[in-house]
Amino acid sequence: MAHERERDHVTGTETTGHEWDGLKELNTPLPKWWLYVFYATIVWSIGYWIVYPAWPLAADYTRGIWGYSQRERVMEQVEQAKAAQAGFVERIREASLQEIVGDEDLRRFAMAGGRASFGDNCAGCHGAGAEGAPGYPNLADDAWLWGGTLDDIHTTLEVGIRSGHPDARVSEMPAFGVDQILSREEIDQVAEYVLSLSGNATNQQAAEAGATIFADNCAACHGENGEGMTALGAPNLSDAIWLYGGQKADIVHTVTHSRAGVMPAWSGRLSPETIKQLTVYVHELGGGQ
Amino acid sequence: MAAEGLQDLADKAAAEAAGAKPADRGAAEAAPGVGRHEVEAVNKAEARPLYASRPSIHPKRATGIFRNVKWVVMAVTLGIYYLLPWVRWDRGPNAPDQAVLLDFPNRKFYFFFIEIWPQEVYYITGLLILAALALFLVTSIAGRVWCGYTCPQTVWTDLMIAIERFVEGDRNARIRLDKQRWNGEKILKRSLKHFLWLMVGVVTGGAFVFYFRDAPTLAMEFLTLDAPFIAWLFVGIFAATTYLLGGLAREQVCTYMCPWPRIQGAMFDEHSLLVSYRAWRGEPRGPHRKGEPWEGRGDCIDCKQCVVVCPAGIDIRDGAQLECIQCALCIDACNEIMDRIGRPRNLIAYDTHAGLATGKATRLSQVPYVRARTVVYAAAIAVVAVIMAFTLATRDTMSLNVLRERNPLFVTLSDGSIRNTYTLKIINKLHRPAEFRVSVSGVEGATIALGGHEGDTLTVPADDLLDARLFVAAPNPGREVSDLEVRLEEIGGERSATYETTFRGPER
Ligand code: SF4
Ligand code: SF4
Repeated sequence: MAHERERDHVTGTETTGHEWDGLKELNTPLPKWWLYVFYATIVWSIGYWIVYPAWPLAADYTRGIWGYSQRERVMEQVEQAKAAQAGFVERIREASLQEIVGDEDLRRFAMAGGRASFGDNCAGCHGAGAEGAPGYPNLADDAWLWGGTLDDIHTTLEVGIRSGHPDARVSEMPAFGVDQILSREEIDQVAEYVLSLSGNATNQQAAEAGATIFADNCAACHGENGEGMTALGAPNLSDAIWLYGGQKADIVHTVTHSRAGVMPAWSGRLSPETIKQLTVYVHELGGGQ
Repeated sequence: MAAEGLQDLADKAAAEAAGAKPADRGAAEAAPGVGRHEVEAVNKAEARPLYASRPSIHPKRATGIFRNVKWVVMAVTLGIYYLLPWVRWDRGPNAPDQAVLLDFPNRKFYFFFIEIWPQEVYYITGLLILAALALFLVTSIAGRVWCGYTCPQTVWTDLMIAIERFVEGDRNARIRLDKQRWNGEKILKRSLKHFLWLMVGVVTGGAFVFYFRDAPTLAMEFLTLDAPFIAWLFVGIFAATTYLLGGLAREQVCTYMCPWPRIQGAMFDEHSLLVSYRAWRGEPRGPHRKGEPWEGRGDCIDCKQCVVVCPAGIDIRDGAQLECIQCALCIDACNEIMDRIGRPRNLIAYDTHAGLATGKATRLSQVPYVRARTVVYAAAIAVVAVIMAFTLATRDTMSLNVLRERNPLFVTLSDGSIRNTYTLKIINKLHRPAEFRVSVSGVEGATIALGGHEGDTLTVPADDLLDARLFVAAPNPGREVSDLEVRLEEIGGERSATYETTFRGPER
């Protein structure tokens, strides 16, 4: 339906015939520069389709003549980052743990690398801040079941605890109740004694009775005064730190059923350099020994 | 005089070429030495189209006092811009010796005796605030003097126009060249002009990157083609933008792209000095024949010299306009005409709205410069400047930052005491290493240990930042939060710093 084009009085420009509330749209041509930019983007997009992966197909996609792949790019970048770190990694491999801690640059590198691998591998059990959880030691305090020197930490990381690794650190606490070594009453008494070691006993009489039971059954590993033994991973019972809880019920449960936490061996899963970095990081978390 | 006569002949020829009517020529002959131009202001109110492509503007050369001021300002500002990176400033062995250097890799800015660390960028903010306030003040006093004389866009555009004039000749020659068919001469002149413009761009971009790296080193790297890619890139970007904005876009930038023309209206008032056409003296305007009396008519002979010299292409006789950058070239142009026709100068002059309304020429000494607006701006400048000077003079050459570990907030140690961990960040701004002793106070019985460092001392290298872990252990304070003060004292020095933080324990 051809109809006469209307002209705007003021500007003399044709209108499009569209009208809103008495306002008419002028048919002003698009600026040339704008059109050229628009055409250029079209040309560009066609070039883009040819060069880069662009169109989804039924089961695949157009690959583009450059064979570009974002995934491969990331891989390349990871390789580049690894190459950039190679010098440091090399030095970490050669250096002893003490040398790493003594060298400011190496220490920083180890701390940064250690923090990352800790987050990836250790935080699941020990917590993001290494604060631990019941059964999972707090690595930021000053209690070290198996020793807190650089070398101790390194060994623990490498072979794990009760991990099945041939050199794993292993120790076993008998399940005094389940295996019927001690009676219920004896367990109660020894628990009171253990509480008294850190000054928390509630029943002095029972605690005194428990002293002999402790000397006969527990002192071999935990020491005469319950001070623990790092060679066996036997916890210090006289301090303020309780891996499985310091309430009487917790202690009774421990004596009755025994406890045996497992930490995996990381050698074979992590590179020796990563384990060294983790060692330095964990050592500095709690100030080490 | 002979040269000017020739110029007028050329003007006339051009006017004819531009389709001027013979009647106009008659008027031109009337006042000897006065060329007339048939030209329309780009923004004539009567015929402002909704959309139009840019009319080409060919500003004619002006001569006079304001033009001279502009040449001087151009020389000084460009001189500063191009030469500043080459000024040396001795800061001792551990620091760069470039007076002005924005050292991004080492995150430090150097301005002569001032050295700004990343934590102190607020000095830059302060400087920008100061600059903005100064701009408000001069704008309230004398309008867009910044735009007219010192704005980089104006300076470089002016330079580009000067080059254009050098290659293609003045206004009429350029109009002729525009109309001319593409022949050898036109191709040669045009390509020479664009080549020179691009060169100006390259030199501009070149000078820019020297602010970011030791200038002599970078210059050598450019010569041996060893300069980093980013340097080439920025030379390229600045060459392109200089060429585009100064050479091609020119007054379009001021009219359409720059926000300043929109804002500055808020700073003018009726006592601001603006380039103004004194209509009370000029009107009614019209051609004037030699010997005719001046009674009953205005001094403006409608020669439009003021329009053709205007780099914005407007007619100042239409009043204050958005497009006018207040460059005062029209004053120079009209004064020359006034001299020739024997009328008093300053038909176009710096004047105020209030002054124009009186119908008399306002002398500069009569303008009330001290008024609420200017006083407020000046006071604000003074306040900011004093604060800046004070903080700059008293700022520390070291700083201590303490970040507390939040995961976990605290740990219980085997003896039942509580330990908190902090990260210390210590900056030593002096060009020599410094040894500091760390101590804490505020929590009873607190003992400290430093991760990775022996004892309670730390050595921070010259001009550097060190971070170290600080362990603070104390008997269980029985309180969830206690205040802890970490203190740093230089051993064998005067400097010290403290930081207030908290020591956290279990709730009880
Ligand atoms: S104001 Fe001056 S320069 Fe402009 S047209 Fe009038 S006389 Fe000519
Ligand atoms: S009107 Fe005069 S002051 Fe304004 S831009 Fe043009 S020449 Fe400059």
